[in-house]
Amino acid sequence: MFDWADPATAYFWEAASKEQLVIQRCGACRQYQFYPRPFCLSCDSDDIGWVAASGRGTVYSQTTVHLKSAPELGLVTPYVVAVVQLEEGPRLLTNLTGEACRIGSPVQVGWRSRPGRAPVPVFGPVRS
Amino acid sequence: MLMTGPDRAVFISGVAEAPLGEVRDHSELSMIALAAREALADAGLTLRDVDGLFVNYLGEEGTVQVGEYLGIQPSYSDSSDLGGAAFVAFLGHASAALQTGRCRVALVVYASRQRTRATRKLNHWNEKATSPQFEQPYGLPAPMGQFGLLAARHMHEYGTTPEQLASVAVTARQWAGLNPKAWKRAPLTIDDVLESRLICAPLHRLDCCLVTDGGGAIVLTTGDRARDSANTPIRVAGTGESARQWHIPQLPSLEASPGVAAARAALQMADVGHSDIDVFEPYDASTISVLLALEDVGFCARGEAGAFVQAGNLTITGSLPSITSGGGLSYCHPGALGILLVIEAVRQLRGQAGARQVPGATVGLVHGIGGLFSTAATAVLVRG
Repeated sequence: MFDWADPATAYFWEAASKEQLVIQRCGACRQYQFYPRPFCLSCDSDDIGWVAASGRGTVYSQTTVHLKSAPELGLVTPYVVAVVQLEEGPRLLTNLTGEACRIGSPVQVGWRSRPGRAPVPVFGPVRS
Repeated sequence: MLMTGPDRAVFISGVAEAPLGEVRDHSELSMIALAAREALADAGLTLRDVDGLFVNYLGEEGTVQVGEYLGIQPSYSDSSDLGGAAFVAFLGHASAALQTGRCRVALVVYASRQRTRATRKLNHWNEKATSPQFEQPYGLPAPMGQFGLLAARHMHEYGTTPEQLASVAVTARQWAGLNPKAWKRAPLTIDDVLESRLICAPLHRLDCCLVTDGGGAIVLTTGDRARDSANTPIRVAGTGESARQWHIPQLPSLEASPGVAAARAALQMADVGHSDIDVFEPYDASTISVLLALEDVGFCARGEAGAFVQAGNLTITGSLPSITSGGGLSYCHPGALGILLVIEAVRQLRGQAGARQVPGATVGLVHGIGGLFSTAATAVLVRG
């Protein structure tokens, strides 16, 4: 079910299949990290665990893509690809959905389903 | 042991472009053969003298395939894949190999027919990633998507404008107008760039480099052999390289660009300052690439490159003549530009650049980038 699965990434996609965004946190130095690895990038500890992310973050950068996406991605041109900085610190690549956001805008996680695969986290404006 | 002294300094003693633009009557291998033999003749050498071979992107075990084609059995082979920056990094790798006696004559070659084979797609993903699972679903076209993200962040942090980005493309086109081999030579205006269609906003079509065929060859050797060169040998005075990230969210900040470490190392090794540089050849994969290069190398403070370009500093009469061939934006972009940046710098430092010659150029700085703004390699080249 999970392409390129390894013990670290499989946990992420299992949580994603329940629409839960999880990131790693080091038990030794308490740093958060994304994407998942079997060790801590900050202090080289093996004591790496998982926490639920708040799902909140801010837009670090974004680009509106005016090219056609690969058909299997199902993205309708133009679409927005962004780097979002999570409240906990790590950044990830994502799509922005819903009304337009700017760099620095607060965003929160949502999920986009994929046929036969775990949904992927996408982000949109914070709902009040 | 590292050899030093005048005879152990490393020189570029021969350069040649492969056929450029749209190449329908050659294969990549025959393009390489033409360029290699011309560059070797320029150096007063032949293929029989070559015992070090440096290639990237030329198939599996590229040095083996190219070596067989050229009839070379190298004692030293290098196909380090640093993307388009590899060919600038090879100047450092070849210097080390030559100075330690691993080889005596180093040949760097590249050719691509990405245009006529239509192998370059703007909407291809990060498909070569070992682990594309966290990026592939989002449809970021590589590499212009990455450059779009960098440009948007640069605009946000520093107030860089679309007009300033466009002025890079306009400057490159002015240089291309002076280069008979340039693919695009007709004058270009800021409005032309801003009115071209958006690709990955804020980047327009004319903020992005060309897709052409092309390639080239470079011959390096030590001082004792460089004397055979028909032309002024150009000394490789300093080199540096760095690799930072594959996935763009892993770049901590614009200030942490791989170009910073690469340029610092090259300038330090060459023992020259920014004011010593007469000609600057940045890898202009996109207009933002040039602003980042100016700031990464340290010609401009962070956020000041846009105004610096707009004020005309990169033109033939400016304080830092740059992109003197017309660059990837207007001269040629055969998938990996690095080799052509080095060839252009050598021509400028030899005084062979014709209408686009920067008068009296003696110190050049080449700054290559590669991958998805992943790698950088810098070389300081000196006449004499």
